[in-house]
Amino acid sequence: MYNLTIAELAKGLRAGEFSSVELTQTYLNRIHQHSALNAYVTVTDELALQQAQAADAKIAGGDTSLLTGIPIAQKDIFCTLGVKTTCGSKMLDNFIAPYNATVVDKLNQAGAVMLGKVNMDEFAMGSSNETSYYGPTKNPWNTGTVPGGSSGGSATAVAARLAVCATGTDTGGSIRQPAALCGITGLKPTYGRVSRYGMIAYASSLDQGGPMTRNAEDAAILLQAMAGFDDKDSTSVDQPVPDYLADLNKPLTGLKIGLPKEFFTADLNGDMAATLETAINHYRQMGAEVKEISMPTLKMAIPAYYVIAPAECSANLSRFDGVRFGYRCENPADLADLYTRSRGEAFGKEVKRRILMGTYALSAGYYDAYYIKAQKVRRLISDDFKNALAEVDVIMGPVTPMPAFGIGEKLANPIEMYLSDIYTIAINLAGLPAMSIPAGFINDLPVGLQIIGNYFDEARLLNVAHQYQQVTDWHQQTPKGFE
Amino acid sequence: MTTQWETVIGLEIHTQLATKSKIFSGASTAYGAEPNTQACAVDLGLPGVLPVLNEQAVRMAVTFGLAIDAHIAPHSVFARKNYFYPDLPKGYQISQMDLPIVGNGHLDIEVDGEIKRIGITRAHLEEDAGKSLHENFHGMTGIDLNRAGTPLLEIVSEPDMRSAKEAVAYMRKLHELVRYLEICDGNMQEGSFRCDANVSVRPIGQAEFGTRAEIKNINSFKFVEKAINHEIERQIEVIESGGKVVQETRLYDANKDETRSMRSKEEANDYRYFPDPDLLPVVISDEFKEIVKATLPELPHAKKQRFIEQYGQDEESATTLTSSRELADFYEAVVKDSGVEAKLASNWMTGDVLGALNKAGLEISQSPVSPERLAGLLKRIADNTISGRTAKQVFDKLWNGTATADEIIEQEGLKQITDTGAIEAIVDKVIAANPGPVEQYLSGKDKALMALVGQIMKETQGKANPGEVNKMLIEKLKG
Repeated sequence: MYNLTIAELAKGLRAGEFSSVELTQTYLNRIHQHSALNAYVTVTDELALQQAQAADAKIAGGDTSLLTGIPIAQKDIFCTLGVKTTCGSKMLDNFIAPYNATVVDKLNQAGAVMLGKVNMDEFAMGSSNETSYYGPTKNPWNTGTVPGGSSGGSATAVAARLAVCATGTDTGGSIRQPAALCGITGLKPTYGRVSRYGMIAYASSLDQGGPMTRNAEDAAILLQAMAGFDDKDSTSVDQPVPDYLADLNKPLTGLKIGLPKEFFTADLNGDMAATLETAINHYRQMGAEVKEISMPTLKMAIPAYYVIAPAECSANLSRFDGVRFGYRCENPADLADLYTRSRGEAFGKEVKRRILMGTYALSAGYYDAYYIKAQKVRRLISDDFKNALAEVDVIMGPVTPMPAFGIGEKLANPIEMYLSDIYTIAINLAGLPAMSIPAGFINDLPVGLQIIGNYFDEARLLNVAHQYQQVTDWHQQTPKGFE
Repeated sequence: MTTQWETVIGLEIHTQLATKSKIFSGASTAYGAEPNTQACAVDLGLPGVLPVLNEQAVRMAVTFGLAIDAHIAPHSVFARKNYFYPDLPKGYQISQMDLPIVGNGHLDIEVDGEIKRIGITRAHLEEDAGKSLHENFHGMTGIDLNRAGTPLLEIVSEPDMRSAKEAVAYMRKLHELVRYLEICDGNMQEGSFRCDANVSVRPIGQAEFGTRAEIKNINSFKFVEKAINHEIERQIEVIESGGKVVQETRLYDANKDETRSMRSKEEANDYRYFPDPDLLPVVISDEFKEIVKATLPELPHAKKQRFIEQYGQDEESATTLTSSRELADFYEAVVKDSGVEAKLASNWMTGDVLGALNKAGLEISQSPVSPERLAGLLKRIADNTISGRTAKQVFDKLWNGTATADEIIEQEGLKQITDTGAIEAIVDKVIAANPGPVEQYLSGKDKALMALVGQIMKETQGKANPGEVNKMLIEKLKG
């Protein structure tokens, strides 16, 4: 039952093959059985079974929502009413959210069953899930390796069949990179497509929530429920949400694919290059035209990102001050002591590093040289993408330079860790939608193919991904011990 | 030789906009609620919440900009001003920095009969912070976030004022304007209209400005004048005794009538302003500007000119009657309801009505005499039912009761004697009884006439028309 996709489960639920309560209980059992993966921070057994019961009643009443009764995992960055919402931080270890994020509300309305809250890098700052206060989540393909991050808990949960699907958020690659390292499908929508209300902010101008699933069809179903304008989020875009399932089967004849030569350099692992070449050939066989393009500003993405994201986070994280909610130090001597010790004791190393970088970049005398310069670079990168996407329908490339790395391997070297997002960060700076789909294995570890599309062109991305998944079975592989 | 000093003053005025809900949330802005009952998730700065701009606040800012002939920015940007304070929930205040919504404008003030134009550099939208409460918390501090997120328009003047008097005139003019525009209730006790003053001195003739001190949060016209004058004296004293004025923020202590240092420039925060990524730039179209322009009320200056032309008022009474929109509306309602000569109405308004209000410490909106009841009185003066003198008695009764002028006149028997025969008899009687004053008048002493009129009025218990009596008396004496 736990190997079925959303679409298959929806059919089974309606055919009476199993109930949502049975399905949910099966997943809850698996979660507890595989707790060593450390995918979940909080498992909401009781709430899940209640929701499953309600879902069964709805289905009996003729409800048609594809998500009704489907057990999902919520990244612990989304506020969930009455449920602990930690954002992977000691700072929020005691925080029970008094409201639901818009995404959570929407999924509740769609009838989904929440199994619990999944692990993540602290405040979404990290590419390995190792910065979590709750310890690293393990990659089910090799438990000595990382699942990627920051949505590592989501990726592991879906790959290890500890949830049918999961929500993730992507600020610099946080959906796509873990999706690639765990062999699942992840989609970062266009900035503004999914509401950020109730999604704890890391870098507001880059953060975007999206689906993490077994395949493209499930991603379409989950995105359908998550997307849409929200009057509580000024940056969400008031544009109708298309039917993401409608175009899945469109043939790819004549599809124009661009391959930026800056993506395929010596930095890319040789096996990775070969894997991608095989994947691209599948597209050629399906009738796509492939051409090389050039995007010279891509190399500036990482430095620009590591000015903009920390600058925004330095302000976004100021509200965690020990005054109104979250961690407060013991017996503060005075106000300054309350601030310094509460923040000093509750924030982890990586979070502190980014707050310091951001504070520095915004300081008087440095603002123009860093923040303004980075914004200019951001504009150039966007223009590069715009020009490229005027010539081609989608851009393809790697998601990561290599497959999953070992736990602890890069923790001591933040720069090397930052470089693992080299192929994903530019897309966030431009605000474009992009997907990661499973495209093969290197040393028994999954690798992903990245598909980047034009603004609000998620339907095309899903179509391009789905067609590939009709001729390949990488997305159907299950890690050993989790079949 | 002693140096002659010139003062340079610029004011930053925070006006609380009279919106129903907060600038970035749906919580109410009403004053005086139980602590923390008017602070929603957004005001508390909970994890994950986002601001959504209140369109009404934008409209009010544009209204103000148009009223001071300012440039309205087609594109303005909200920025985060970062600092830690317990009553600042997010650890930053959403304000505007590089691109404020209102640019260069001006306001004309009048001091000692001279008109002076004061430049307004900018006006920008921002959210207010909450309040720290230090009483009744046993050495701890309480936080009330009801005020957090209340919309403010910060209006920054050019350093164009040269005396405390000019600063007060500017502040009063601005206070009058925002109330006219109905964008601020102007309540200074509740903090709806607060002022920071930048003050410096320089030797007369020197082109460069002196080093300035900023005096924070002066919340009455009286304190602004006192605080500035005190600060001017302090700075001159510092310089004349060989010292230097340091750039700093000072706090005015109304109880001690002095300013004291809060923090120096070196201690000043680096606020690390940057555009708030949670909010889109505010785009103001020409169309929107036109819509707002069409709803602008008549502004104080235009109203004053109209009062002079339409009602034949002198400069002084027109200025008085247009000093607030409520007062002007009251006056116009009286004129309309009574149909009497505008001059009669303005004499009563600027004299008896404002006098009584002042004495009682009331605003025009709290006047116990409504425009209708005052109009009822003025009608009876105009049609000679009562004399002006009797009218004052009637007005006292209007003020202290609920009866109409007609009811009072009827009940008290105050109706003027209109029977000329009856008056004539009394006039004759008084002439016969006062040969002395009659002789004096006839020998050219006009003053003697007043004594005779007085006698007649006394005989008639004030119910004769003094004008008529005067006329009749002169006719009889000269005839």
